[in-house]
Amino acid sequence: MANYKYHILLCGGTGCTASESPKIKENFINILAEKNLSDDVQVIATGCFGFCEKGPIVKILPDNTFYTQVKPEDCREIIDEHIIKGRKVQRLLYENPEDKKHISDSKHMGFYKKQMRIALRNCGFIDPENIDEYIARDGYKALASVLEQNDPKATIDLLKKAGLRGRGGAGFPTGLKWELCAKNAADQKYIICNADEGDPGAFMDRSILEGDPHSIIEAMAIGGFCIGASIGLVYIRAEYPLAIHRLEVAIKQAREYGLLGENIFGTDFSFDIILRYGAGAFVCGEETALIHSMEGKRGEPTFKPPFPAVEGYMKKPSNVNNVETYANIPVIINKGWEWFSSIGTEKSKGTKVFALAGQINNVGLIEVPMGITLREVIYEIGGGIKGGRKFKAVQTGGPSGGCLTEKFLDTPIDYDNLVAAGSMMGSGGMIVMDETSCMVSVAKFYLDFTVEESCGKCSPCRIGNKRLCEILDKITKGQGTMEDLEKLKNLAKVIKDTALCGLGQTSPNPVLSTIDNFWDEYVAHVVDKKCPAGQCKALKQYVIDPDKCKGCTACARNCPVGAIHGTVKNPHEIDQNACIKCGTCIEKCKFNAISIK
Amino acid sequence: MAITVKINKETHDKIVAICNNFNNDPGELINVLHQTQDFLGYLPAEAQELIAECLHMPTAKVFGVVSFYAFFTMTPKGKHPVSVCMGTACYVRGGEKILDAFKSALGIEVGETDANGEFSLTSLRCVGACGLAPVALVDGKVYGRLVPAMVKDIVAEYRGK
Repeated sequence: MANYKYHILLCGGTGCTASESPKIKENFINILAEKNLSDDVQVIATGCFGFCEKGPIVKILPDNTFYTQVKPEDCREIIDEHIIKGRKVQRLLYENPEDKKHISDSKHMGFYKKQMRIALRNCGFIDPENIDEYIARDGYKALASVLEQNDPKATIDLLKKAGLRGRGGAGFPTGLKWELCAKNAADQKYIICNADEGDPGAFMDRSILEGDPHSIIEAMAIGGFCIGASIGLVYIRAEYPLAIHRLEVAIKQAREYGLLGENIFGTDFSFDIILRYGAGAFVCGEETALIHSMEGKRGEPTFKPPFPAVEGYMKKPSNVNNVETYANIPVIINKGWEWFSSIGTEKSKGTKVFALAGQINNVGLIEVPMGITLREVIYEIGGGIKGGRKFKAVQTGGPSGGCLTEKFLDTPIDYDNLVAAGSMMGSGGMIVMDETSCMVSVAKFYLDFTVEESCGKCSPCRIGNKRLCEILDKITKGQGTMEDLEKLKNLAKVIKDTALCGLGQTSPNPVLSTIDNFWDEYVAHVVDKKCPAGQCKALKQYVIDPDKCKGCTACARNCPVGAIHGTVKNPHEIDQNACIKCGTCIEKCKFNAISIK
Repeated sequence: MAITVKINKETHDKIVAICNNFNNDPGELINVLHQTQDFLGYLPAEAQELIAECLHMPTAKVFGVVSFYAFFTMTPKGKHPVSVCMGTACYVRGGEKILDAFKSALGIEVGETDANGEFSLTSLRCVGACGLAPVALVDGKVYGRLVPAMVKDIVAEYRGK
């Protein structure tokens, strides 16, 4: 084996791939070959480092130098300076926003300081397409010890004592779920991984699958052994081509190593994994809907009971867990339940991965111990609000969750506290909004989503959400009445109480939580016909003051829709019917001639 | 009753082969539809009728599945498919304005393909490049940190090519 002096780790996640990381990898390899350094320096495409805002990320080992926003043309300088001369390329280092000093080691960056990586332990460290790198970091050790111990009940008890709860949203205790399924005798059982991450703005599961696919395979095999299933199924979104590819490679390698297949580790336990592709339906995150979709049908949920643990895939007992839940399991087995249960709060143990996005400085994938406060996440890890604007709300739980305001910033994050605050953990989307976000529009955005994704089976969800959405639309157009606000509240409560599945029961949450926390904003839309955040298109007009306009044509030239007319040196005019109210003209006008009415 | 298949022989044979590959098992319908759409670019009614026949199930069931899932489409995509991300992260960073700008630049609504089959416009939920929000994809290439004023130039890059 080659003895490398340096390792160049490069983010191969979806975000960095979109900013040319494959080209960067190619450049590194070519330049190293040209300088006869291919045997001294290894280039590895890893999973996501998490700091997507500053991507593409390049990390150099052994000195742990963390380069940000690297471009393909920077590769030569990194090799010439860093690899050959041992001098760090200062201009590519992360600049601390507070004192403008460069930081070369990621562990000193605000973004990473408060993080604790369990589910993401291997993301950004190993080559996900190389099983040996996973094994070198204790991979498949947990499976080996579980099989050696040969006591499924003891493993289930260990998970129960560890206090691991489902990371898909509802937080059901994982050990208990396994126990329920293990109890039901059947000739065939199934262990299922829910990788149908449909929450818009969430990319935790995808990053784990892209960065550490073997951890899921190992955990599913452990689950299979514990509940008595010989077949595992991964239900994954077809829109995740990279994750599918990495998982396919990992399954193939695991089979070659005898870690999947017949008689694993020489025991009589046999287990294999099959992939099933989703086709874009949010409701398929609900386990009964997911099971129907895997059977080739419309992904419509059914009433529980019977629970999947009794009657699941192909009417056989099945256990469904989410990707992040599985990613935690091998570590818990290796390090013990005492270690895991020492992290977090009383009822929520361990860590949670969040996709931190929105109007925040450091967009990215983070993993934090339960019990951390929203303030720490937003201001220390997230680096505060973009452009120095004011924080308004943070949305957790996706379309099933709610918006939390400033008064909840110091609430420790765990399953129960978030529910008590009117939101929920959800799968881990965390969208930060500043004062320019209109909360009525945000509620409408989520309702639009739910209406589009409702499977149509039960009428509260199919019809009720549609009505909610229509009322919200009326309000954002300035046509709402106070009576509409009452209707919103009542209808939302009825839907919550009567919808068939989790999607319908939680879909009014964005409406209820914004009404609770931003009542004044709703009233402003209804009574004053004004959108305080200036977002609602129907409630604003861009107008040019003919006295101030010099006819420089900057606005007309930059208008993306050609809605501004006029001749050079004469005042211009905006065609209100064509205007999309994007605000480009205001930004481009040097004479402050354009204002919002 | 024999169905009237307006698709050509090559397409017909390919679809039959896909169904055979999955043992004409109705439980594999979603996989069959994925592969058929990969091949044809969309799922016309005739293809759905043929699949129904191969898998021995009613055409209505096939259509039921096609219309249920957002990933399946019955309209052919344009030569340059444009998708604007409307995931929450892009939405709060102005994704809607980008979508409006594309609608106006292309003269079509979401879900439509223009008259000469050059561009089609869709909105999608999260491509996972939230650090670059708002983003749009043209021909699979990701354009990030967009402002509405950039849209005209992006469209011009592809028009007529």
